[in-house]
Amino acid sequence: MTMHSRSGSQQHRAILVALALLAVSAVLLVLAMGVGSTGFESVRQAWADPVAQQIVWEIRAPRSLGAWFAGALLGLAGAVAQGLFRNPLADPYLLGSASGASLGVALALAVAGSTPFATEWLLRLGLTSAAFAGAVASVLLTLTLAQGVQHTLRLLLAGVVVGVVLGALGQLVLMMRPEVMLAMQAFLLGTTSFVGWSACLLMGAVWVLCAVVVWGLGHVLDGLSLGEATASSLGLPLPQVRAVLVAALALATGTAVAQTGLIAFVGLAAPHLVRSVVKTTHRYLIVLSSLMGAVLLLASDTLARWLIAPQELPVGVLTAVLGGGYLLWLMHRRNSPRGGL
Amino acid sequence: MKLSLRRVSRVVAVCLLAGLAMTASAIDLVDDRGVKLHLARSPQRIVSVLPSLTEMVCDLGQCPRLVGVDRYSNFPESVRRLPQVGGGLDPSVEAIVALRPDLVLVATSSPAADRLQALGIPVAALEPKNYADVQRVLLALGQVLEVPHALQRWRTIDASVQAIALALPPRVRGASVYFEVNNAPYAASESSFIGETLARLGVRNIVPGNLGPFPKINPEFVVRADPDVIMVGDTTFAGMAHRPGWAGMRAIRGQRVCVYTPAQSDTMVRPGPRMADAAAAMARCLEQHIR
Repeated sequence: MTMHSRSGSQQHRAILVALALLAVSAVLLVLAMGVGSTGFESVRQAWADPVAQQIVWEIRAPRSLGAWFAGALLGLAGAVAQGLFRNPLADPYLLGSASGASLGVALALAVAGSTPFATEWLLRLGLTSAAFAGAVASVLLTLTLAQGVQHTLRLLLAGVVVGVVLGALGQLVLMMRPEVMLAMQAFLLGTTSFVGWSACLLMGAVWVLCAVVVWGLGHVLDGLSLGEATASSLGLPLPQVRAVLVAALALATGTAVAQTGLIAFVGLAAPHLVRSVVKTTHRYLIVLSSLMGAVLLLASDTLARWLIAPQELPVGVLTAVLGGGYLLWLMHRRNSPRGGL
Repeated sequence: MKLSLRRVSRVVAVCLLAGLAMTASAIDLVDDRGVKLHLARSPQRIVSVLPSLTEMVCDLGQCPRLVGVDRYSNFPESVRRLPQVGGGLDPSVEAIVALRPDLVLVATSSPAADRLQALGIPVAALEPKNYADVQRVLLALGQVLEVPHALQRWRTIDASVQAIALALPPRVRGASVYFEVNNAPYAASESSFIGETLARLGVRNIVPGNLGPFPKINPEFVVRADPDVIMVGDTTFAGMAHRPGWAGMRAIRGQRVCVYTPAQSDTMVRPGPRMADAAAAMARCLEQHIR
């Protein structure tokens, strides 16, 4: 078998996996329409009853699609982070966006209510903007501390430092204003409950943008996986591409975090799950990870709504349990003679 | 002439009725977020996702208008039978919508308010945090629910607290008290509503108000202040005596600790119509422990 035909068959397989993930997504989306506090009843009555129709079209539809897009953004960000830092433990929150977003929300909550002006300001911008601003600002801070995107190790360390320091600052805000703690906890748990059509559209647009950009730059990550020196010697424009990829990573993560809060593990687990099924180039890996993340989060969201209906679990709790469990299973399978990860 | 008189009187009657209907129906309210709320008529199907608001609605005698509550609303007994729509911070939007409410009562920190409003459901964010707030929110609810005796209810609550304070024996006056909210430890300071109740009972809170209503404090601070009485919930009390240095405190040595059951704790930590019950429980404890 020549190199070419092998990569051709892998590409073939990647497309098959993508189609399978899309099919699973479609099934899950249909299923998700019938899952919620009122169960399938709302779907049956949707034609006759305006409230049931509102539940299906204005609540379940946008939040299910929103869960899909948020998962897709996190899966994409995870695959980009792992490729960019050549580290299988990298996740979307690596550059400090999670603690940045939390700090943004904590500050907004603490400032709101202190003066009427602040309350009105917060009402207009919302916690979503505060989270997004926090996430993007933390990535910029990381880049400043790392003096650019050139040194992988420096970038990683700066990300860890920013994550820890901003996390501590967030805790400090909570200490000073304990009354915002409960509201903060709601954000940290992560949920898709409050995703409407506008949030859904926004996430969709960002996802398309990031996916197109990353698809165009995927080959650079392939070169980078051979080592930075080799990649440079191949004539790849590393500095520029790195900057663009970090921007895409920050944008995708920030958007997902702002709309759904902190959702653990999807970004870390999705690329690993894809690699366990198909060995392929970064271009395909990133798109497949994105679809895998989407399926993972949508499945978790549907389960979260169903398990203790009419109430629901915070979806972040479920993604951690499901994603973590599956990853552990893959790891153990690797130890067996047939191999895994 | 006779005919036209009858016509005139009919027109007058219609106008009067219309005027009455208008005053009875349209309700305008500015909630605690500063959002203006216009209700065509007094709401009949209310979902409350804050326990203290649930208690206020029921205290005004309008419990039957509640169609759903959050999972923490447990008083009065009748609300336990209502459908639960999740917690105040993680409510299920569709469970609320499915109940077809014409008003949803939430705390100002509720993340669901915007989403519910976008779905066309009237939302009032009201958050009682101290005595003045309880009065304000109770009156606002009275206006929304068209209950004329809301002010009277407030005066009764206020007068009950006053009466409990007056009935306390003079030896209690000036005693120092530490009220612990949880074992982090977070305390209720002078500026919290619990602190307001303690102040009205004439005792001295060891945690000053300028630290904020519920500050996290250093355990050392309590040891140094060495309060006469400690007030605490029973889950938090477990292990209190084993905290470093706490065993030597006068209140612990003399077992002058008021330990509240979970039900009593609910009464204590909710700024609402049961503030007088909370004051009574505190007064009983003070009388018992300060000899």
